[in-house]
Amino acid sequence: MTATVTSSKPTTGTRRPVGTVLRRNGWTLGLLGILALLLVITKIIQPSYGPGGVQGLAISVLPLALAAVAQTCAVLARGIDLSIGSMMALTSVVSASLMEDRSEGFAVLVVFGVLLLGLAIGAVNGALVAFTRVPDIVVTLAMLFVWAGCALLVLSTPGGGSAAWLSSLSRGPFLTQWIPRAAVVLIVVIAVIWIPLRRSRLGLSLYAVGSDPLAAFRSGVSVTRIKIFSYMLAGLFSAIAGLSLTATTGIGTPVPGPYTLLSVAAVVLGGVSLAGGRGGVFGPVIAVVILSLIRTDMTFLNVDTNLATVAQGLILVGVVMVGSLIQLRRDR
Amino acid sequence: MSTVDAATSRRPRWATAGGIRVLFRERPIIPLLGMLAMLVVLSEVIRPGIVSSNWAGVMIRGAVPLAILAGCQTMTMLTAGIDLSVGAVASMSGFLVATLVADTGLPLAIVIALAICAVVGFVNGIGAGVFRVHPLIMTLGMSLVVLGLANVWQLIRVQTGSGVPSGFRQLGANMMFGFVPVNLLLFIPLALLIMFTLNRTGFGRLLYAIGDNETASRLSGAKSWQVLTVLYVISAVLAGIAGFLYSGLTNVASVTLADSALLPSVAAAVIGGTSILGGRGNYSGTMVGALILTVISSILSSLGYPEAVRQILFGSMIVFVAAAYTRITTD
Repeated sequence: MTATVTSSKPTTGTRRPVGTVLRRNGWTLGLLGILALLLVITKIIQPSYGPGGVQGLAISVLPLALAAVAQTCAVLARGIDLSIGSMMALTSVVSASLMEDRSEGFAVLVVFGVLLLGLAIGAVNGALVAFTRVPDIVVTLAMLFVWAGCALLVLSTPGGGSAAWLSSLSRGPFLTQWIPRAAVVLIVVIAVIWIPLRRSRLGLSLYAVGSDPLAAFRSGVSVTRIKIFSYMLAGLFSAIAGLSLTATTGIGTPVPGPYTLLSVAAVVLGGVSLAGGRGGVFGPVIAVVILSLIRTDMTFLNVDTNLATVAQGLILVGVVMVGSLIQLRRDR
Repeated sequence: MSTVDAATSRRPRWATAGGIRVLFRERPIIPLLGMLAMLVVLSEVIRPGIVSSNWAGVMIRGAVPLAILAGCQTMTMLTAGIDLSVGAVASMSGFLVATLVADTGLPLAIVIALAICAVVGFVNGIGAGVFRVHPLIMTLGMSLVVLGLANVWQLIRVQTGSGVPSGFRQLGANMMFGFVPVNLLLFIPLALLIMFTLNRTGFGRLLYAIGDNETASRLSGAKSWQVLTVLYVISAVLAGIAGFLYSGLTNVASVTLADSALLPSVAAAVIGGTSILGGRGNYSGTMVGALILTVISSILSSLGYPEAVRQILFGSMIVFVAAAYTRITTD
């Protein structure tokens, strides 16, 4: 952090101001601080909270965290994907119905097939957004119905099965009992897909299109292609999220869970601007963990689950309010 | 209105294809009505003899509560916002009246429900207007709060039981003369009021101004936070009224009753030509959009397909209609 500061010369408008970088990291660091504080609070109110609790937390967080990463990809390019929950349901039922009573080796094929399926349905979303010129929110809203319908076609009731190796990927500890495998999976997925992308030309284009499509176009970025690409990424991460649903529950459920709107909430809490071009995937992932941990704490405190929903809403609104207040003061 | 003058001055050019395009762009209601007519013909083709005055009454009765919710979306979208709390607010208000009516009587129950809706809208408006929280997030958060509190209230009231008041059932579900839905008695004045507000009042003009160019409207002296606060209060109260109609139509009081209408309400406003980016749209288009969606779902259910296929077709048709509409009305 200090290296960034010392190496910086007085910034002008044309260079990326260091302040922006600091502020972005500041938000993520702040979230990490809140998370650490929450873990301490959890340990205080429930002294028996230990490895088991952390593992349960990681398993319950995994699908939503991946959904938040998917949403981040769409939002960074100034889009929004309301069909994430449905895509998760579709990929989950496809994988569950194909893997039921089949060999472990075949399941590997299924996993790759489902990832390709995620890319494909994401590409359909992206192409529709790019070529019909209908606003993103409307297209993906309509595709929410389409993919949910497809999921119902594949499996009309919850069923299917999961390969043993896939389930064991998400359950149980890794090396020490304090590191849940689900968390490792999440980190590996992000490290393998997101980090190389972030450093590549494609990733830069993604941010460029998000912050100013016209400027990106004039700099030679194909806005249409990047838009489609961002939705393909969202589809890919949704497919991974769908696979994680199959892995953690052992079955496929055709009815979309509450993931879409929660993913939007997590993205905003994670410091990603809905106007596009600002933020990363780590903030949203930490935000998901925080939201889930707060729910856990409220269960420990015997708070009515409905009040926990209320608290979730208030936290969402409150944090964003604080964030925009900081923004407003900076602008002044 | 200036648009009327513009349209009349261009009248001679209507004969050309470009002229038709101009006409459609300035009068987007025309292609919308054409689309609606095509869907009605499609219904008749699929099920000969189905289109009747009674059928039309059922369609309108179903479209009215959706049109009110879509009205909330239209007005908020004009300012480049969106109100995702309408589903939760509508369910809550219908449920609240059904649980309160035995104790307080219908008028007081309605007043209490609408007052709570107004409070929710006020919080939305303050969040979006003063704290500059993105309306999507603000209303999403509030919908979680409303849903949670409604559930708590449901647990408190579980022993007293609840029933949709008969007044709501008559208002929401009955027909006059066999084919005119009673809910039109409420809806027509409401719709006229919304259109009057949008087209003829300073408040309506401010909505368009803020959505079109917020900086310009601020520099011209518009206090956007005041406008937004009033706007979201109106939106929540309208959603509460729609909730009464939903509970009357289905004779169900549940805290999730109108949730499924949230996304169609956004779709209806968009199909009706309201731009989600703000500054463009009107309520007459939204009403036709709500009718189009209702007819589409009726066609899909009359085809007898399973739920899965119906959902796929519904989504595809929304994309198709929105894309066709965008293509027709923009160059």
